[in-house]
Amino acid sequence: MTWVNAVIQGMLLGGLYALIACGLSLTFGVMRIVNLAHGDLAVCGAYLALVLSTFFGVPVWATLPLLLPAAFVAGMALQVLLFGRALRHGVLAPVLVTFGLSVMIENLLQVAATSDPRGLNGGALALASFHLGSITVSWLFLAAFLTACAVLSGLQLLLSRTSWGRKVRATSDDLDTARLVGIKVRPVFATVAGIAVATAALAGVFIGTIGTFDPLTGTNILIFAFEAVVIGGIGSLWGTLVGGVIMGVTQVVVGEANQAYAVLAVNLLFLAVLTVRPGGLFTSRQAAGEVQGQGAPG
Amino acid sequence: MTRDTAIGSRDAEPSVTPVEVSRWSRTASAFTGACVVAVLILAVVPYVAGGPAEQPLITLLTFIAMASLWNLLAGFSGLTSFGQQAYIGVGAYGLYLVAAHGVNPFAGILLAAFVAAVVSLPVSALVLRLSGGYFAVATLVVATTFQIIATLSPSVGGTTGVSVPGLAGYGDVLREALTYWATLIVAVASVAGVYLLVRRTFGLDARAVGSDPVGAASSGVRVGRIRLLAYLAAAGGAGAVGALIALQTLYIEPTSAFSIQYSVDMLFMVLIGGMGTIEGPIVGALVLFALQETLSAYGAWYLVIVGGLAVVTTLVAPRGLWGWASERLGWSLLPVGYRVRPPAPPGRPASPGRAAPLAPPDPPRT
Repeated sequence: MTWVNAVIQGMLLGGLYALIACGLSLTFGVMRIVNLAHGDLAVCGAYLALVLSTFFGVPVWATLPLLLPAAFVAGMALQVLLFGRALRHGVLAPVLVTFGLSVMIENLLQVAATSDPRGLNGGALALASFHLGSITVSWLFLAAFLTACAVLSGLQLLLSRTSWGRKVRATSDDLDTARLVGIKVRPVFATVAGIAVATAALAGVFIGTIGTFDPLTGTNILIFAFEAVVIGGIGSLWGTLVGGVIMGVTQVVVGEANQAYAVLAVNLLFLAVLTVRPGGLFTSRQAAGEVQGQGAPG
Repeated sequence: MTRDTAIGSRDAEPSVTPVEVSRWSRTASAFTGACVVAVLILAVVPYVAGGPAEQPLITLLTFIAMASLWNLLAGFSGLTSFGQQAYIGVGAYGLYLVAAHGVNPFAGILLAAFVAAVVSLPVSALVLRLSGGYFAVATLVVATTFQIIATLSPSVGGTTGVSVPGLAGYGDVLREALTYWATLIVAVASVAGVYLLVRRTFGLDARAVGSDPVGAASSGVRVGRIRLLAYLAAAGGAGAVGALIALQTLYIEPTSAFSIQYSVDMLFMVLIGGMGTIEGPIVGALVLFALQETLSAYGAWYLVIVGGLAVVTTLVAPRGLWGWASERLGWSLLPVGYRVRPPAPPGRPASPGRAAPLAPPDPPRT
């Protein structure tokens, strides 16, 4: 029964990973930017939630109506001020700019908040759980998993059903043709970046409620998000969920045997997927080609 | 070293005036001479100035080596690895392992470099499948994985770490002097090695791969082989640097041996100095050294400034300080491209190289 429990807990943890990863996946799918500051932006979201909930004296969930719009605006600003400009300098510049941004954020947080680990107060939900037979399911983990599913479904619907989604898909397929047919690319990019940062902030709130965070947590978050994206397949939102779940199950099941090897197992799983199926499990052929840098082997 | 050639033969049509194509110049000769003198002066520092001068110079020379090697990867070949600390760590632990088996630690530097290059071979098969940001994060994952493996290996001290063995026979003065000389050799070898490598066809191929892999492949460049060579060379160099850092600190533990700070430093130096030039990383190393000496008291603010400068440089001056200076002043102290001079008008000597270089050091266009 321990193993069944481990698998279920792992799946729920995987939902959290998918929630972190979907913004990264979206940014890459549309703008072709791997945002190396993605994890740090999630940590920023957690800190902002901490500040807001302390200031207003409310549980952390009540800060979301303020936090998410703020993160959306911050994402738009980053796109307009940094990422969009970096894109004009070729494909290398965004990598350098987002890495520089990551270094800045981590150290600004150190200055502003010291490197003490913090946690968020999730109220009654954080501690509540229910029983399924002999398995205990935490409401918090379940909430993270369901939120991930809701966010992914919402994004999928937005992308496939709305006119905004059509513009995004057209831009993602072929930037120049999209411009030719009159799509204003910059607002599209700005809104996509806004959504990506908002999902990162939301994920940051869950991370902060489930565990603790400090200014340097961002790099680890980035690595987990990245692994979920690659394992699931680049550019596939539901693939990201599957990738996250596979990672979560691996981590918890291996952790059940020996906690010290849990994260190592996830990293090795990632490297194994990279060996066997470099494009990930559910990737579109076009996206895989782009990730592999159109590099003709040989 | 001079490779002056004249294109256009005497039998050509009269309308075709011969242009002079050259790579080397008088400035470059003078600068190379100055470099040799500088290295000789640096080599006698332990006799003249002793320990107090050695320590900062060791830091600076380590920076120069790291920057030159990262430039080979990112600046020339377009492989922005943020996981070179994997090989710095492997080099440090490699030094520990060979020294624990009785090899002289200073001779062990070479072995550590070899170990790092060997380790990088299977890793390259994985990470070189990716490019751009995905390559960057995959290399970061590899570095994290190595760090966890080191943490879980009791034979190399686990989380606590190990001290470098085999140094008991050396007095402090001799040990520091030997470390200094070893650092000098590795720094000179990195700069000279990268320079000689990119002057060959490899340099042209690597820059082609860096700016447009598809175009390079379709022109017959063996993209995979170029990337592999750059990756192996940079990993071996990082291994040597890691061994040097172990000799400087005398203690190896996973968190600092695999610290991402090395990647931050490398990125910063190469960006500020100028990617894809030989001189740029040296300029960048001097800038980082100066910043560290003046600002490190401010702790995290120092790194905020470092990160901010990296962002601003990428967006505003993507060719870095050296790119900016060489453009303004027409300098090319260690040329990797060729210059074309307009034909000399009759009765006057050839104009002394004011013309634009034929193949300027590539802007980090990629």
